[in-house]
Amino acid sequence: MTETASRIQAVVGMEVHAELLTESKMFCACGTQFGASPNTQICPVCVGLPGSLPVPNRLAVEHVVRTALALNCEINRNSIFHRKNYFYPDLPKAYQISQYDIPIGINGHLDVLVNGEVKRVRIRRVHLEEDTGKLLHAEPGTSFVDYNRSGVPLMEIVTEPDIHSADEAREYLIALRRILVYIGASDGRMEQGSLRCEPNISVRPMGSDELNAKSELKNLNSFRVVHLGIQYETARQALALQKLRGEDYGAKPSIPGPPPMKVDLSDLALNQETRRWDEPGLKTVTMRTKEYAHDYRYFPEPDLVPLAFDDAWLDAARSSLPVLPEQRLQKYVGEYGLSEYDAALLVDEREVADYFDSAVAAYGGDAKKVANWMQSDWMRLFNAANRDWSVVKVKPEDLAAMIRLQDEGRITGKIAKSVFETMWETGKSPDTIVKEQGIEVVGSEDQLAPIVDRILETNPKLVSDIKEKGQEGKVNALVGQVMKETRGSAKPDLVQKMIRHRLGLS
Amino acid sequence: MSELWSRTAAELRAAIDRGEVSCLEVAQAHLDRIEQLDPQVRAFVTVTRDAAEQQAREWDEARGRGEMLPPLAGIPIALKDNMCTRGVRTSCGSKILGEWRPPYDATVTRLVREAGAVLLGKVNMDEFAMGSSTENSGLFTTRNPWDLGRVPGGSSGGSAAAVAARMVPVSLGSDTGGSIRQPASLCGIVGLKPTYGRISRYGLVAYASSLDQIGPLSRTVADSALLMNAIARHDPQDSTSVPLESPDYTTALTGNVRGLRIGVPKEYFAEGIRPEVRDAVHQAIEVYRELGAEVGETSTPHVEYALASYYIIAPAEASSNLARYDGVRYGVRSRDARDVVGMYMTTRDEGFGDEVKRRIMLGTYALSAGYYDAYYHKAQQIRTLVRRDMERCWESFDVLLTPTSPEVAFRLGEKTDDPLAMKLSDICTIPVNMAGTCAISVPCGFHAGLPVGLQLIGKPFDEANLLRVAHAYEQATEWHTRTPEL
Repeated sequence: MTETASRIQAVVGMEVHAELLTESKMFCACGTQFGASPNTQICPVCVGLPGSLPVPNRLAVEHVVRTALALNCEINRNSIFHRKNYFYPDLPKAYQISQYDIPIGINGHLDVLVNGEVKRVRIRRVHLEEDTGKLLHAEPGTSFVDYNRSGVPLMEIVTEPDIHSADEAREYLIALRRILVYIGASDGRMEQGSLRCEPNISVRPMGSDELNAKSELKNLNSFRVVHLGIQYETARQALALQKLRGEDYGAKPSIPGPPPMKVDLSDLALNQETRRWDEPGLKTVTMRTKEYAHDYRYFPEPDLVPLAFDDAWLDAARSSLPVLPEQRLQKYVGEYGLSEYDAALLVDEREVADYFDSAVAAYGGDAKKVANWMQSDWMRLFNAANRDWSVVKVKPEDLAAMIRLQDEGRITGKIAKSVFETMWETGKSPDTIVKEQGIEVVGSEDQLAPIVDRILETNPKLVSDIKEKGQEGKVNALVGQVMKETRGSAKPDLVQKMIRHRLGLS
Repeated sequence: MSELWSRTAAELRAAIDRGEVSCLEVAQAHLDRIEQLDPQVRAFVTVTRDAAEQQAREWDEARGRGEMLPPLAGIPIALKDNMCTRGVRTSCGSKILGEWRPPYDATVTRLVREAGAVLLGKVNMDEFAMGSSTENSGLFTTRNPWDLGRVPGGSSGGSAAAVAARMVPVSLGSDTGGSIRQPASLCGIVGLKPTYGRISRYGLVAYASSLDQIGPLSRTVADSALLMNAIARHDPQDSTSVPLESPDYTTALTGNVRGLRIGVPKEYFAEGIRPEVRDAVHQAIEVYRELGAEVGETSTPHVEYALASYYIIAPAEASSNLARYDGVRYGVRSRDARDVVGMYMTTRDEGFGDEVKRRIMLGTYALSAGYYDAYYHKAQQIRTLVRRDMERCWESFDVLLTPTSPEVAFRLGEKTDDPLAMKLSDICTIPVNMAGTCAISVPCGFHAGLPVGLQLIGKPFDEANLLRVAHAYEQATEWHTRTPEL
């Protein structure tokens, strides 16, 4: 648990920046490929040469509209771009084309499952902007600028300060990332910086509604660091508030973790500031104090016209949305009775969930049986293939057919495993495999009767031990012999019943 | 036979088509004229003689092969130095861009080249198009061909002076608050500011993005129509370019204005307009009456606020547009800086002239937190009112008629110490940019040997009609035939 101080509440708002999955940049035709040589994906527009003009990328706009819809936002039908003015060498026009008071999406929410409870996080805004270039610092006094990233479409998603723990923040981020990847808006790669998260954190005594100085955490490039950073910052601010007010809120400098952390007691000032995560020190440290608010002199971008979404546009965007991960999670847990953990395994990757849904639909029976197969053998083989879809030859309906064979008693559980492996390797249908290998269950009593009779005849010793000495446990030895005879394709329950019946046992 | 440099683009084109002259001869006649006169007039920042001769030769060869030549083939042209020309210096009249050579062509540069026009060079302007006399150029001052002691107007002073001095038959300028029409007026030529969105701004170095528009300058209305045919195209690279088909502007020039309804907004004849200018414009009204047009008085009451709100909006946009000149990527970088902020400050301090700095400061202030509503937002509201004023006029009139400039060309240095007086030069032209519509200036008289200009304002995207109306006047008068003695 993340509550480091029992009578202190963390107040966290999340700002997430996601680079959108587009072939070309936000306002020009340059490529967006990650890792290209510096300044090889640039043109007059994205290096802001005099005279160049922006033309919006339609796909990027669609991504943002779809995200906003997936986050239950209202769409501003006449959304406009603004210029955000500031000087920095990585910002070639000295303004960023962004959105200000009429972003594409507003007033949404995302319901997140946190430790079994549904937590609603309100979304304040979803907007579209362009990314900046990157500064590369060489020896002191020399810097280089790479504008490959300049103009890459970037979406910003801002929550209301509804998050009150590191767990909630992490689950929110996981859920959000999953949605973005699901709808194809982002590749979600935090380690490459294509998804960047900046939590704003402040603390207050439990039950109060005061708003204290908040710190903004920058450069958090994994779920783990987001979780640790918020835990640390909550504890640090709680101690700071306690010290400042001379109260005892029960805040403690040690954070159980894992990994265990300890608040740096020399760093207990409560300022409006930007901080970053210091991984070796397992703590947050000050980057810069916001002594005054930066004046970005926002004004409507005169080089662009309003976006103007009509009904047809929005309907198309809405109908192109897949079933979203949160809806799926709730269905899998609520309807199918899967555990939250198991459901998440299936939901995490859209293609896996699509596959599962198809298999469930083809099967028509208890979804949990399908889930069991997916989570065990299917997932084991999928992971072994590095989750590469090109090796997945088993069709969802074949998986369903195989489970049905098992239900009908035509193959046993043990045989089913080997059939599935053959399906995985060959892509053949379970029926074909069963026929080819002759491993169908010797199912009926009629088929089994001669075999059972023969085994009883050839094992008089066992038969007499059971009948005369009452050693009923030895029935299993006879069952085993029948199973051996049928190469495992008989149903053990039925064999047992038949033997007991013949031996006059109840 | 008249000198080649004295002919209009249409005449040159006809002569080329008839095989009387080669494109090379035409180019050389004008290049020689530039060589001879420009040391006095000082219109050209860059003369591209070699490239021009090469281009002219290629058209001659194409003609020799019997190819159909495009409409402007062999016609010499000069571009204002804020239109990007690939590999050719584009200074914006500013020291801050140094010897910057754009790696790309502006859309208009490409279009006139595709239409066959031969680029003779780039012409001077007030720095970043901020000014009304070309005295704000960071490079040098251009003179009025009618009186070398006077200004050619601005900011497209080089474009106007080059045409008036017969160094080129046509040029392109840009007009944010009057920068085509006012210098056309002061130099006694034709200057058209098309409707905002009609001509692509891609590659036009921005001053005030919501007001800037490129347009032609020429000695005759027909030549401006020819140029419009080449440049009036929808451009997907400019989101504010309007996807409208453009008509053939030359076929609109019928000479007939019978039944035309001309509105004369009284606010444009108020105090501050020089009496001789007013008289010349009133005589022009009589000419139209004689041609069968109906003339009536009208009113655009918010005009008096247009200038003030223009000087909020344009500097606000400029403060943002000009922020990119920071010494990081192109142009001049100050060597006297120890850190990045110092580099910004010294580069901009050394690179920009006083008027540019004044407008950057004005604009920055107007956009600042706490002032935005009182200035920028209010100015936009006034802009809406100015536009509505004009829209109301279109219910009763086809065009509006006003002076272009309240006065004739003033002496060099006369207003450089009085920035406010300089800004009043654009009082008649600014409302058109604020309303986003089109307007043209044509010569309508002379006072003390200096040209007076008549402004005709048209409905949005109605340039064809505007050209027709201007052309009819031109046909009925002789002002456009006068030539400055140089």
